[in-house]
Amino acid sequence: MTTFTPSSSAETLSTVQWAAAEETPLELLGHGSKRGIGRPLQTEHTLDLSRLTGVTLYEPAELVLSAKAGTPLVEIEQLLTENGQQFAFEPMDYGPLLSGEPGQGSKNGTIGGVLATNLSGPRRLKAGAARDHILGVAAISGRGEAFKSGGRVVKNVTGYDLSKLMANSWGTLAVLTDVTFKVLPAAETEVTLAIRGLLDDAAVAAMALALGSSAEASSAAHLPERIAAKVAGGKHGSDAATLLRVEGFGPSVVYRIEALRKLLGKAGPLEEIAGEASKTIWRDIRDCLPFADGGARPVWRVSMAPSQAHHMVMALRMQVAVDAFYDWQGGLVWLSMREDDPEADLLRGLIRKHGGGHATLVRVSPSHRAALPVFEPQPSHLAALSARLKAEFDPKAILNPGRMA
Amino acid sequence: MSGLAMPKPDAETMRRRAEIVADMRIIVPGEGVVDAANEMRAFESDGLTAYRQLPLVVVLPETVAQVSRVLKYCNERNIRVVPRGSGTSLSGGALPLEDAVLLVMSRFNRILAIDYPNRIVVAQPGVTNLGITTAVEQEGFYYAPDPSSQIACSIGGNVAENSGGVHCLKYGLTANNVLGIEMVLMNGEVVRLGGSHLDQEGYDLLGVMTGSEGLLGVVTEVTVRILKKPETARALLIGFPTSEEGGQCVADIIGAGIIPGGMEMMDRPAIHAAEDFVHAGYPLDVEALLIVELDGPGVEVDHLIGLVEAIAYRNGSTTCRISQSEQERLSFWAGRKAAFPAVGRISPDYYCMDGTIPRKELPRVLAGMRDLSEKYGLGVANVFHAGDGNLHPLILYDANVPGELDKAESFGADILRLCVEVGGVLTGEHGVGVEKRDLMPEMFNQIDLDQQMRVKCAFDPNHLLNPGKVFPQLRRCAELGRMHVHRGQVAFPDIPRF
Repeated sequence: MTTFTPSSSAETLSTVQWAAAEETPLELLGHGSKRGIGRPLQTEHTLDLSRLTGVTLYEPAELVLSAKAGTPLVEIEQLLTENGQQFAFEPMDYGPLLSGEPGQGSKNGTIGGVLATNLSGPRRLKAGAARDHILGVAAISGRGEAFKSGGRVVKNVTGYDLSKLMANSWGTLAVLTDVTFKVLPAAETEVTLAIRGLLDDAAVAAMALALGSSAEASSAAHLPERIAAKVAGGKHGSDAATLLRVEGFGPSVVYRIEALRKLLGKAGPLEEIAGEASKTIWRDIRDCLPFADGGARPVWRVSMAPSQAHHMVMALRMQVAVDAFYDWQGGLVWLSMREDDPEADLLRGLIRKHGGGHATLVRVSPSHRAALPVFEPQPSHLAALSARLKAEFDPKAILNPGRMA
Repeated sequence: MSGLAMPKPDAETMRRRAEIVADMRIIVPGEGVVDAANEMRAFESDGLTAYRQLPLVVVLPETVAQVSRVLKYCNERNIRVVPRGSGTSLSGGALPLEDAVLLVMSRFNRILAIDYPNRIVVAQPGVTNLGITTAVEQEGFYYAPDPSSQIACSIGGNVAENSGGVHCLKYGLTANNVLGIEMVLMNGEVVRLGGSHLDQEGYDLLGVMTGSEGLLGVVTEVTVRILKKPETARALLIGFPTSEEGGQCVADIIGAGIIPGGMEMMDRPAIHAAEDFVHAGYPLDVEALLIVELDGPGVEVDHLIGLVEAIAYRNGSTTCRISQSEQERLSFWAGRKAAFPAVGRISPDYYCMDGTIPRKELPRVLAGMRDLSEKYGLGVANVFHAGDGNLHPLILYDANVPGELDKAESFGADILRLCVEVGGVLTGEHGVGVEKRDLMPEMFNQIDLDQQMRVKCAFDPNHLLNPGKVFPQLRRCAELGRMHVHRGQVAFPDIPRF
């Protein structure tokens, strides 16, 4: 059992070349903040990329930032904040959910991990995920070859977009050494409009109405009764809360919140939450805090069409006891099973029945984790295509073998 | 064709042409197979009209099953296939091959579903870009990416090229607005990627398909996100004595946290050509003209116009007009939108380039272009998607003067080399196609290109789908798959544990 901790791209390359020559698998690791997701690995060796650090280019006026893949996300976010900018895709922190502890300082994830797991947050609805903001990568394939893709400019269609292909590949295609992201100005003002006391179906209808208006809400979430008490330390009470976030320049936010009030005034009692209080709510939703109880009960992350997801949840409730809340206008469901059984087949069957989508088992006991497909199984043609693609990048299966199986 | 080498036609395929045409008629009955030279003429080129080639046969399927059967048939018989949407590619992406079936997707022209609560439209690939907006605009929605060919270009072609447009700084490219596709692989298998939910499960094949220029699969259905139209839009028309000041103004607008709906710049030759053509009222005594469009609620637009005006003034603007009516806003855009035909009036032919550069390098690139213009003795006019650094130099030449097309192409290649040299890329939105194919090594080394070709191998191991495009030199998949490792060279346990 050896842990390699290279501090340069060249050292990383020779490690992978050695592993390729020896045909010996490596587990790729940044901070290990998402190590609990995916099939557990049993590799003899570990490639620890957490010393491959440093912001190598940041030009705020050009809206671009490059960093070595092991650079802590918190460091980069701090740098962006100092310059009034942000990653618009709002990468979540799995720390609270998986380890029961929020953001462990500089150890809550690397920028390479952000791309490899395609993180996003409540603003995904409007601004996309990591895959929508990646501009370029340098990486090392399982063949032990260093390649690059993309560049440092926003508009680029030169060759295949291998940078996007790295998104959500969980270290199974290549070892990222450098990433270049688009960055954007942070909003000057943020206000959240809350509608209280709605049931799931009324909440989904209200969110669809809001998002179908020109009020340009950047996020829309629904916290059913009791779950609402588990964000922002419970200071907003336990009544169901349907939340719409409006961001932008001051006068515009005032105007758009007013427009939403007019649109939704009849839906239920309205409440405005501004500034830091609003930010806290969305951070807690982003990090799935309602289910971050330090326990190990199964938690699913499900993506479906916004109008369909709550129907699936209702059908699921007919058969098993679950807690659920919704982000992305209702399309992202966080599900916490009350019993130990993840009920994977039942859940996935119901998702297919309700228009399709996918479910990832993000928290689960070790025994179930090894026995179940953590990621959504793919139809045969697609699975075969994915396997061929994996082989083209990593023919000896030395990079995180089996993690996505 | 000026020196462009395409894959050598396969003699066996050429010999069996009649049989292939007959088989295609069985798979696609009715009017769906065109084999007469005079009728195929309409398909001999795309928007890159300098290159022309009649295909083996033109096939216009109507169903996914037909697409699947055509591809499977061709795959089994080693017959090449070139997919085509509306044929508006500016890089020759749909240029036919002499021995290839040209698979034209224009009969896939129906909108399949409009879903307002989820804000998506499901369309067949032959539906035009503008056709999607037209289908939903009565409810106040639109599809954001707006390439300038949007009246004609197809949504399937937009996926193949990852098309942009003037709005993509704020609203993203095709890749950011497509949620799902259905596609057919060269072996005939039908695969769905994504759908009406966010984020594809597994590898982001949707991301790699978008912008793959028809080399990986044939798109048969597209699911896009639609947006509510902004309440208002107003524009500023700002003139600067130098391009440096114009460029700094753009940087300062973004530095102030403003992402305009559109931000376009024109240089002096482009301003004059446009003004002579459409009389938009552009100032003629400036070196750089900036159009900044702000969209959103009225109060937001008014607020931002004030901010942008002040930034422009600080950067030495000599004129600044603010649109007071929808008519005036459109008049600001009229010159920019007519820039290409306007340049077409002052020169018998023009060659449109498409590099992207870091914005701050604009003055250096414009200066370099002036030097090149002198060297080649050809004029150049520039329009620039200033917000995202996407530059469209229009090289003026006369195809009837022997050698001028070659000269224009060399000039264009030098401009793109300059773009790469300053940290930019060969193509921002038009695609590599055949046009920039041989320049790929300027940006990528052989390892980079080999890894891209290996992706192709996973989708189309026999290199039958749109060969001769994107990659300067095709290498066989078996050869690409070989590992050249020297066992023991860095043998464990001597490896340094960094």
